[in-house]
Amino acid sequence: MNYNWDWGILFRDPYLGWMISALGWTILISILAWIIAFSLGSILGIFRTSSKKSLRLIATCYVELFRNIPLLVQIFLWYFVFPELLTDDWSRWVKRDMPYPALTTAIISIGLYTASRVCEQVRSGINAVGEDQRQAGRAIGMTEVQVYKYVLLPNAYRIILPPLTSEFLTIFKNSSLALTIGVIELTAMTRQIEEYTFQGFEAFTAATIIYSLVTFTVMALMQQIDRRTALPGSFSKGAS
Amino acid sequence: MFELDFSVIPANSSLLWEGIKMTFLLTGLAIVGGIILGTFLALLRIAKIPVLSQFSAAYVNFFRSLPLILVIFWLFFLVPLIVGRPVGAFSSVLVAFILFEAAYYSEIIRAGINSVRLGQLAAARAMGLTYIQSMRYVILPQAFRAMTPILLTQAIILFQDTSLVYVVGLRDFLVSAEIVANRDQRLVEMFLFVALVYFVFCFAASLGVKYLQKRINNEL
Amino acid sequence: MNKKDNMIKMKSVNKWYGKIQVLNDCSLEVSKGEVIVVCGPSGSGKSTLIKTINGLESVKSGEITVSGISVTNKSTDLDQMRSKIGMVFQNFELFPHMNVTENIKLGQMKVLGRTDEEADHKAKALLERVGLTEHAEKYPSQLSGGQQQRVAIARGLAMEPMAMLFDEPTSALDPEMINEVLDVMVKLAKEGMTMMVVTHEMGFARKVADRVIFMDYGKIIEDAPSQDFFGSPRSDRAQEFLSKILNH
Repeated sequence: MNYNWDWGILFRDPYLGWMISALGWTILISILAWIIAFSLGSILGIFRTSSKKSLRLIATCYVELFRNIPLLVQIFLWYFVFPELLTDDWSRWVKRDMPYPALTTAIISIGLYTASRVCEQVRSGINAVGEDQRQAGRAIGMTEVQVYKYVLLPNAYRIILPPLTSEFLTIFKNSSLALTIGVIELTAMTRQIEEYTFQGFEAFTAATIIYSLVTFTVMALMQQIDRRTALPGSFSKGAS
Repeated sequence: MFELDFSVIPANSSLLWEGIKMTFLLTGLAIVGGIILGTFLALLRIAKIPVLSQFSAAYVNFFRSLPLILVIFWLFFLVPLIVGRPVGAFSSVLVAFILFEAAYYSEIIRAGINSVRLGQLAAARAMGLTYIQSMRYVILPQAFRAMTPILLTQAIILFQDTSLVYVVGLRDFLVSAEIVANRDQRLVEMFLFVALVYFVFCFAASLGVKYLQKRINNEL
Repeated sequence: MNKKDNMIKMKSVNKWYGKIQVLNDCSLEVSKGEVIVVCGPSGSGKSTLIKTINGLESVKSGEITVSGISVTNKSTDLDQMRSKIGMVFQNFELFPHMNVTENIKLGQMKVLGRTDEEADHKAKALLERVGLTEHAEKYPSQLSGGQQQRVAIARGLAMEPMAMLFDEPTSALDPEMINEVLDVMVKLAKEGMTMMVVTHEMGFARKVADRVIFMDYGKIIEDAPSQDFFGSPRSDRAQEFLSKILNH
């Protein structure tokens, strides 16, 4: 194998700085996209399990639409197609004056996509809590909103903590798709360093270590939290 | 909003068709490879020898912590180095997909094997079947029967994941559509078309899986 | 009794699950053609005992031999040995993805190496022996519990075993199906099969058993010819057990 090894390359300027800023973008994308995914996904999960057919329909359509198109295609739709479909004024703004267009688009599209997955998790959590619990709440006179607030959601979130953590980590990994519209996040940066220095092995290894470490740490943290918040007498389901 | 001109699609139908074929080819081969390697990993994981089961667990956890794009880059970069000469994007990408998806398949298959009652293994061993024979004739057939809907769902996910070959320029459906889009300045039409095709196919496939799941549940 | 007639021999067998001792210094001998019933309260270790004989459960210490071959010796080919001992489980454990005939043929073809025709022929003969010929093409889920258990017995017999082990064969059956299975087992016993049966069915024991072994807390408390056991059991524990069980 013809290769010049140089493990110190990443600790030299400017490459170290590049990697750190790229990691920063990855983290930023992940957190902001997660905020969108979690809030929208929770609302959709509630709609999906609501007693009102119209709400269920809205949520189901959303989920089916966002679930059956690859994330990459969705990113392209938002970045290339959406601006064209707006009125001229908005179109111009999005294309020229909006700050950080690629970053914003990546965050929004990854967030909206993952919201559909979070919706399904919330739905399964609410179903796991059970119809009986819901009826018990209604039976004492609570409105549907109150039943969700005091009975269903608190327990549902405890149950789905492991799969929700998985969804966050999925966002973390999917942040790499932002590179296709020009965001120099972690994975893009390794490619860039490879092209500049030909030390691809070292660059890819660094990214690999970072991704694995983050996954490992988040999972470990989740297991700790899961153990502490588990209801007495229940056992937590393993991470999916 | 300007005029949409979809005529660019039939005009380039052969290029697009080649792209669709590539997508299906890659998906099909990756599914087969992924399930074979995944089954192997699942069997290693439940083996009584710690070295084997730890290796399998490490493999699965490792690949599940990485973005697919990074794995594609790794193989794209590594395979030519190891083989010693330039290798086409397709081979590197295929290996990347198989290694990656196998990690996900192995978890599904492992759950499937564990769902088969322990008594079945005892009954098979009691007749004198070896461990491998018991797996092959008694446990795995039942596991796969139960897990088929989930395996198919993962296949649909794999089908969508193949769009990521974009990053190495392999000419799948998405990349072919983009070529047409850039050449004829028809980004909106082409990307909408791609989204529509993916949606119709995946949605129909997911309905098929739901139907299959219902039939399996009724059989039990 | 000629030592060579010892089909199953167990000597000083001990086994623990963690801190709990499930088998405590168990020794027994079963001669060719004998029918032994093993009984005792739940948790007495009787299922575990019978499963050590074909090596499905391991033992911490002690020796077990079947027809002269050591089960406990690490160098023994257990798979080979298991093909010579038939086992019938409480939950039948028929293979649900195969029909009745295929269930009976699998072991014959894959372990004994018989051809498809030989296995098929034998399967049909066995189905007739247990009275289920017309169900040959059916799947286990289409049969009643009693029918499934009879198929399980046929499946065991297909291997032409030297001995058959039964682990609570009727415990999972509805009452009206117990007799059809016991009838098959009685017939088997009368034909001279060496059998070891873990069961609560004392009527069966009285009818066919040569000896009864009573276990409690992992120990063999009594091992007596069946008339002695039912006539005047020596231990208090066995008496207590019998009185509870026979007052059904």
